[in-house]
Amino acid sequence: MAQPAVEVVDLVKRYGGTKAVAGLSMSVPPGTVTAVLGPNGAGKTTTVETCEGYRAPDAGIVRVLGLDPRSDARALRPRVGIMLQSGGIYPGVKAAEMLRHMASLHAHPLDVDELLDRLGLGPSRRTAYRRLSGGQQQRLSLAMALVGRPELVFLDEPTAGLDPQARRATWELVAELRDAGVTVVLTTHFMDEAERLADQVVVVDHGVVIAAGSPGELMSQGARNTLRFGGPHGLDLTGLQDVLSPDSKASEVSPGHYLVEGTIDPHLLASVTAWCADQGVMPRDLTVESRTLEDVFLELTGRELRQ
Amino acid sequence: MTAGSGTETAPFTPRPGAAPLHRMVLSQTGLEIRMVLRNGEQLLLTVFIPVLVLVLFSSIEFMNLGNRDRRVDFLVPGVLALAVISTSFTGLAIGTGFERRYGALKRLGASPLPRWGLLSAKLLAVMAIEALQVLLLCGVASAMGWSPHGAWYAVAVLLLAGTTAFASLGLLMAGTLRAEATLAGANLVYLFFLVTGGIAVPLSRFPGRVRSVLEALPAGALSNGLREVLRDGSSLPWGPVGVLAAWAAVAGLLAARTFKWE
Repeated sequence: MAQPAVEVVDLVKRYGGTKAVAGLSMSVPPGTVTAVLGPNGAGKTTTVETCEGYRAPDAGIVRVLGLDPRSDARALRPRVGIMLQSGGIYPGVKAAEMLRHMASLHAHPLDVDELLDRLGLGPSRRTAYRRLSGGQQQRLSLAMALVGRPELVFLDEPTAGLDPQARRATWELVAELRDAGVTVVLTTHFMDEAERLADQVVVVDHGVVIAAGSPGELMSQGARNTLRFGGPHGLDLTGLQDVLSPDSKASEVSPGHYLVEGTIDPHLLASVTAWCADQGVMPRDLTVESRTLEDVFLELTGRELRQ
Repeated sequence: MTAGSGTETAPFTPRPGAAPLHRMVLSQTGLEIRMVLRNGEQLLLTVFIPVLVLVLFSSIEFMNLGNRDRRVDFLVPGVLALAVISTSFTGLAIGTGFERRYGALKRLGASPLPRWGLLSAKLLAVMAIEALQVLLLCGVASAMGWSPHGAWYAVAVLLLAGTTAFASLGLLMAGTLRAEATLAGANLVYLFFLVTGGIAVPLSRFPGRVRSVLEALPAGALSNGLREVLRDGSSLPWGPVGVLAAWAAVAGLLAARTFKWE
């Protein structure tokens, strides 16, 4: 396999006494989109900023394009485009002026006017950064990450604060970047964004990776289907467990509320209802549901993604 | 987007590379100069106040400086020093402090422009603004009948030494304090030097001990040095140059050690 574009092994980063990142590992294949997903304070930005060379790891290894982000910074900077979570631009600078300046720092930059038009900033060319709307500021920051034609970009919450239309446009742009062979690492706390965009999702919480894989894998691994039903409390489930396949599990989650987890298919449903008939139990509120990444996340972290 | 040639359909195809160093530094210098010229408050400080001090204090009988010609001869070196302080210290410190606050320094730190390239650009921009200030002040002074003495190279060396010393002090302040503290502090120091830096008030008016302290401060050294050349026609005054070089070395080292980019 090709050398990973980004490789993080057992990264630890402390701020004072608290560990913002506590032994995080991930690997980003070149030419793919990786979404680092997690709630606020999970350690996403710290991880990304360590990859960008802003912070030195307290322990662990970080390699970006095979290089050390700090000691090889000079060689890396032209090759990596970054979008900070916020700010990074002089308030008084005009949109086109800032982008043109960023372009002038690179050897083969994109055409500045075309890029501004592409991001819907054409009419705001001569507007000072502080007078741009939040969404326009985000897009200018994104343009600055791209103008140098990097082979790898880090986008820290690229769609935070964008309206749905601008979000969609950003998604299209990220897909286009991948098609052009650019490796994209982005952070987000939008589940749908990760599902839509990413080849790989890395779910982070409390500074560690709690799940990783393609959106499909995550759904099928972590998010198994569930079957719920109600009945008298205290039913002996050993008999039910015997007739279920080994990868399924029956439990009484609260008195009178039963949960069967596993691959829920018609055979399993038939087994459950047959067992109920044997017990002389009429199952109430029998429901089959497939859990979403959102549920998996809730289960893994005990928290909502967006608080 | 319509299908077309390769560059149109795939504009994002990676082609990374840094621009040549001189192009990066020049581009950054141009940006820095435009930002200063666009900033009204800073222009007030860098352009208006030195001219005001020159015109006002040479026109009115103040501090017993002698007749009008003598007053102009005294004031021009002082306001040149004030111009250097306003741009290389106050303006640079406030500007850099807020760039740090806004994350602009952080973002540029990840660009191909090396950090020392960014600092060089800042110093070049400061010198360019100072050149404009010197031209303006000399023009106004000439209109008031000022005739300079001494060698221009000596003036240039003093201005350069002063700029380096004050820029180092400004960056030391901007790189360690909060932006608001820098804003307040840099303006206070400007006012302090305006009064005690031998700019409008001769240092000879201060008591002996206070005077020797003030002469060892960078503002006093710069204005005295400039006055020795421009008014008295002496060659390069090594004493003030030494004082400025010492301030530049100490503040520069401290700034390099303590400067926080974000």
